[in-house]
Amino acid sequence: MKSAEASARRAKILTQIVLIIMAFIMLVPFAWMILTALKTNQESISVNPFYIFPHNGWHWENFATVWKSYNFVILYKNTILMIFFRVVCACLTATMAGYAFGRLKFPGKKVLFTLVLIQMMVPGQIFIIPQYLMVSKMNMLNTTFGLVFPGLVTAFGTYLLKTGYEGLPMDLEEAANIDGCSVPGRFLHIMMPLTKSSMVSLGIFTAVFAFKDLMWPMIVCTNASTTTLSAGLAKMQGQYGSEYPTMMAAATLAVLPMIIIYVIFQKQFVEGIATSGGKL
Amino acid sequence: MKKHMSPKEKSEAKWGLLFVAPTMIGLIILNFYPIFNTVYQSFCKTGDFGRGNTFVGLANYQKVLTATETWQSLWNTIKYALIEVPFGIIIALILAVLLNKKIAGRSVYRTIFFLPMVCAPAAVAMVWKWLYNTQFGLLNNVFHTNVAWISDKRIAWISIGIIGVWSIIGYNMVLFIGGLQEIPGDYYEAASIDGANGFRQFFSITVPLLSPTTFFIVQTRIIGALTVFDLMFMVMDKTNVALKNVQSIVYLFYQYAFTNGNKGYGATLVMVLLAFIMIITFVLQQVEKKVVYHN
Repeated sequence: MKSAEASARRAKILTQIVLIIMAFIMLVPFAWMILTALKTNQESISVNPFYIFPHNGWHWENFATVWKSYNFVILYKNTILMIFFRVVCACLTATMAGYAFGRLKFPGKKVLFTLVLIQMMVPGQIFIIPQYLMVSKMNMLNTTFGLVFPGLVTAFGTYLLKTGYEGLPMDLEEAANIDGCSVPGRFLHIMMPLTKSSMVSLGIFTAVFAFKDLMWPMIVCTNASTTTLSAGLAKMQGQYGSEYPTMMAAATLAVLPMIIIYVIFQKQFVEGIATSGGKL
Repeated sequence: MKKHMSPKEKSEAKWGLLFVAPTMIGLIILNFYPIFNTVYQSFCKTGDFGRGNTFVGLANYQKVLTATETWQSLWNTIKYALIEVPFGIIIALILAVLLNKKIAGRSVYRTIFFLPMVCAPAAVAMVWKWLYNTQFGLLNNVFHTNVAWISDKRIAWISIGIIGVWSIIGYNMVLFIGGLQEIPGDYYEAASIDGANGFRQFFSITVPLLSPTTFFIVQTRIIGALTVFDLMFMVMDKTNVALKNVQSIVYLFYQYAFTNGNKGYGATLVMVLLAFIMIITFVLQQVEKKVVYHN
């Protein structure tokens, strides 16, 4: 029995070693980003000797400088507005459509739902050129509306909420139906509150997807004052690519808010993104 | 609506249509009209300043399909997928199996591995580009090497693939953990009593019972990897000599449609991508029938 215990312990130690090495590899890019952000320009490109840590003091003011000179207030504002409207639109339209597809009988249901599925199977790049031309024709380039436009409705969200509504027991609604409660009444007061977790998943997925997206904001918001964090970073890199502490400070500022929100709402985040079905 | 419906059914049908209306109208304008429009544009030549389409038949297709650039970028995309998909999945599976046991610091590890999923790829790519810097980068200085990580065409595609793997491990791992938790624990107990060791248990219980999850991840990751764009766009400068050997098909699409303003040619590239993805999807469905273990 003793040898079994010893081998179990050895396995545990081995597991910890593997996990620690992997965690280290995962964290190195983040650590290097922050450490570089705290150096002077000169220090960041000093090779002989090569410094891992800043040695002339930690230059926290780099963040303030970048914040001001690249107008991060505006980038944050644009990104937050885009995320806010996309999440509201996605949740609103998808919960209604999801409820109808999951619980109601109406003509054309099968055909319409097939359309939803087709949208999910086609690569998203096929929509981009015409979507851009539409935004451009509406004179909505460089606006929040332009950023939100492709996310006004969501096939994936409709599918997700439909699954959520289908999973609820049938007799919940039947009782209300007998009492003469109308469809919107049943939807608003009984069913919708029960799909809160699906809605949260969809909200988080939509927010993270919008936050990470690079191509669409680059296409529709070409001005530095109208674009998002992602596309803003791409612009900065094009202009100041060799000022490494500046670039790393900018990258840190761009990823930090989402990381903080993620660490607080971890469980919901992991669930929300894991249900995305590879659409990220 | 049919005449013989009861008032209740009628009201349900009315509300049903009303509830799906915003989504369906949106999908038609935002997605279905664009599908047909993209197909149409692929037969057109875009005029100067992106104005005025002239119908040119299959001219774009002829140009796209005879350009070595198209096939090279398709091959680049496949090479990227050949790194990201298998390595991203194998490493994630190992981590998921390790984290599925009672182990100290489990949730901390999970948080760390999942971290790249909430980071903008634009920022991630910038950081990696800096790590890969030949002269001042961390990698070359720590390992005392002098590798041109992203400007040597023999290496650059691997370097980009590594960023892809690093970014996706946490996502795959979370899906694997979900799949692992559905495997009943008594299977393992029975196997232990029969004297099967950990490796034996892994290959005869975990692998077959996890195969639906594995297949789902393989499928979604292949499609995801084939539409890669952000990493290449952010890491590879336009002056990078290795760009030709790294740029993906979506990168090429972006360049033609939006940097050069040639929407017709861009639309044709999308059609090539669509055809390619449809073929892959079909093949995967055939494979699923043979490989995946169904209860």
